[in-house]
Amino acid sequence: MQAIKPKNDRINRRSFLRVSSVAAGGLFISLYLDLPAIAHETTQEPPPKVYPPDAFVHVRSDGKILITVNRLEFGQGVQTSLPMILADEMDADWSQVVSELAQAAEVYKDPVFGFQMVGGSGSIAHSFTQYRELGAKTRAMLIAAAAERWKVSPDQCRTENSVVYGPAGKSTRYAELAERAARQPVPGKVSLKSPSEFRLIGKKVPRLDSVAKCDGSQKFGLDLDLPGMKIAVVAHPLVFGGRVKSFDDKEARRLDGVKDIFEIPLVNGSGVAVVADRFWTAKQARDLLKIDWDTSGLERVDTSELWTKYKELARTPGNVAVARGDDKAMSRIPVARRIVAEYEFPYLAHTPMEPLNATVRFEGSKAEAWVPSQFQTMDQMTVAQVLGLKPDQVTFHTEFAGGGFGRRAVIDSHVPREAATIAKRLRGTPVKLVWTREDDVRGGYYRPMHAHRVEIGIGADGLPGAWRHVIVGQSILAGTPFAVMMIKNGVDQTTVEGVSDTNYNIPNFHLSAHNPTVNVPVLWWRSVGNTHTAFVMETVIDELATRARMDPIAYRRKLLKPEAKKLLAALDLLDQQSGWRNSLLKGHAAGISCHECFGTAVACAVDVSIENNRPKIHRATVAVNCGLAVNRLTIESQFQGGIGFGVTQLMAGGAITFKDGRVQQRNFDGYTPPYIVDAPVTVDVHIVSSTEAPTGCGEPPVPVISPAVVNALARLTGKRYRSLPLASV
Amino acid sequence: MATYQLNVNGQTKKVDADPSTPLLWVLREELKMTGTKYGCGISACGACTVHLNGVATRSCIVPVSLIGNQKITTIEGVGADPVGRAVQNAWVEKDVVQCGYCQSGQIMSAVALLKATTKPTDTNIEESMGGNLCRCATYVRIREAIKRAAEQLT
Repeated sequence: MQAIKPKNDRINRRSFLRVSSVAAGGLFISLYLDLPAIAHETTQEPPPKVYPPDAFVHVRSDGKILITVNRLEFGQGVQTSLPMILADEMDADWSQVVSELAQAAEVYKDPVFGFQMVGGSGSIAHSFTQYRELGAKTRAMLIAAAAERWKVSPDQCRTENSVVYGPAGKSTRYAELAERAARQPVPGKVSLKSPSEFRLIGKKVPRLDSVAKCDGSQKFGLDLDLPGMKIAVVAHPLVFGGRVKSFDDKEARRLDGVKDIFEIPLVNGSGVAVVADRFWTAKQARDLLKIDWDTSGLERVDTSELWTKYKELARTPGNVAVARGDDKAMSRIPVARRIVAEYEFPYLAHTPMEPLNATVRFEGSKAEAWVPSQFQTMDQMTVAQVLGLKPDQVTFHTEFAGGGFGRRAVIDSHVPREAATIAKRLRGTPVKLVWTREDDVRGGYYRPMHAHRVEIGIGADGLPGAWRHVIVGQSILAGTPFAVMMIKNGVDQTTVEGVSDTNYNIPNFHLSAHNPTVNVPVLWWRSVGNTHTAFVMETVIDELATRARMDPIAYRRKLLKPEAKKLLAALDLLDQQSGWRNSLLKGHAAGISCHECFGTAVACAVDVSIENNRPKIHRATVAVNCGLAVNRLTIESQFQGGIGFGVTQLMAGGAITFKDGRVQQRNFDGYTPPYIVDAPVTVDVHIVSSTEAPTGCGEPPVPVISPAVVNALARLTGKRYRSLPLASV
Repeated sequence: MATYQLNVNGQTKKVDADPSTPLLWVLREELKMTGTKYGCGISACGACTVHLNGVATRSCIVPVSLIGNQKITTIEGVGADPVGRAVQNAWVEKDVVQCGYCQSGQIMSAVALLKATTKPTDTNIEESMGGNLCRCATYVRIREAIKRAAEQLT
């Protein structure tokens, strides 16, 4: 870290250039942005931002260009897409670009959210301009260096593929200019390319991490191996919040390789940590522990009792989220034209393929952490706090993650917290904490269970004339630092998103919510509230379209607000691209849905039949409006995969349930996500042509698939499907 | 503890391990071959798939004591075989991976499939790949890559 500069030293505030020699003979060029979040301070005397050196671009003497990614890579493809954006503006030779994940540091914080993180489908949306400007500034400095060397004006130079060209046939490779370029002042303002000048943005660019992920060489957090490293597992209470009354570890300690066994505090309750030389030893030792748990005073959740409670709550109005139009409109609609629909959504676990893990080494006055983390800033702070250090005394490495879907974005940082707690006791020894799959499935932090009750009064035109909607589900954000911003009038906005901001033009609309407290830790699950709200909206709208005897796309078009341009464009494209709906095989039906979330609009059509009492999804056609498409290949992959991920909530085994406070599932044998046979056979993705600012593609695919599938099923069976997981069709 | 001589990717490796230790953990922790992944420990996800004498096997439930002199092939060695190489190439060509964590197992299962069936149908693919979980749900591209590799091999 740099020393804090005197307050009046403003000259270099916008010249965030640091130069440092490296042994290899190359030079780091580091550029730092003015973050929008602090931009408003510039009229006043601003506090100088302290940035570490070597932040984003390193033009190496061998011609390689190393670009640092301020995000976790966990499948979504930013390790390729963000470098693409920078390289495009920089006119870098893409074949020479390599990229790395940034450690936790001030400069890598999300420019909008203000902390280092991946979530809310914000990586491209928030860092697009940031990475473009970084690329353009680097390019300008390389040109300035060439112009200086050739004693010509920068205007006489142009760049292409990591080469600066000057007048009279002069040319020099970027690598040869790196050192001189690093000494140039960082331009305050740079002009950016017009979309017609893009060479990488908008193309299908293959991932940079493919080869390493196909030959076994890619290292994930769980693959970390450090000299002297020990493996830890923790016996967690089977009822959330349980405390260790006593434990007998005599048998466990007899195992060869067991290093230590001790009680540790957890975020909620306590557990017993087992530390051993090897994972298998640690796990066996844990199985041999005899623990007496104290669960007195704890709520012992029972799913069927909770459903009863939730359904009762759903029949009473909750805290008001939206109250629009005439509250008495419903009473004027004849009872025969009203429908009441009650929905159930279970708890869902994320179960990323790589089990949760964190590695920490504590050295007294400093520490090091290796975590596949979506929330580096929080996780670093937590490790520091547990170890009695300041965050900058913890070197925090972002490890590649095997999926996440929200599960590695935990505000209480409970996994790194456990690792740090254990490492503190084993000072000097690196400790890798492994959550087994059983720990993960039973460990909480689920998509909350929800009940919805919707009453719709249908107007004479077949469109909804009155809409009363109650949602019941735990708050994800209560008790967190996000509560101030995200809980309004007692309603957690993540509970109601997708309904509260619906694009449908419903004049008399009343939405309220109950956020009960339940002894189950909950968390955002890829697309958060939209997982259940889009299901309700899109199945209800489909039912209304059927009752109105209208084509489901035409009905949606008619009901959407004219200003919902993104979604309307997606629906139009879907209509054009799903001609197969008119030539379905016997026993097949098409289902439609559309939804906009995280700024991206998606329309989906599926071809479904019934096989063995389950939906068989033969095909999904998706139309996406995500503004400017940065990497068309990544977008396609995110949509193909996100659609498959969304099938999780249709699986017969897609539910976490409780009996006597304990989770009834254990592993993938009880909690069953979609396998290849469950996912759509093909997913064709069509992108609306757009030059608007890019929006995210991680979460928006997820909400549309499950309503589209059950809408198709409804056509086949005449039944409506309002309880998930989907039992026998 | 006991000592085992394992034939891994054509090389003999000597390891000391508790006889109950699953092959997965011997590969990962004793031999430092971390390409084979832990996903569930109960043979329900396929991330740990290796070949034992060419047969796709879940290494998380096979104790090291039962391996004997069977030939073990892992993701680190499968590229030495023409089918393995073709599958890896097809995976890259079709940009299959996302998080990539399950893909070692997917590739090992796909190689076993293509060795048994040169022109796999969708049904063959669903049967052979049916136990390999991918939470990113890269299944569409897995199908395409398997068909591409089959094409390349004929």
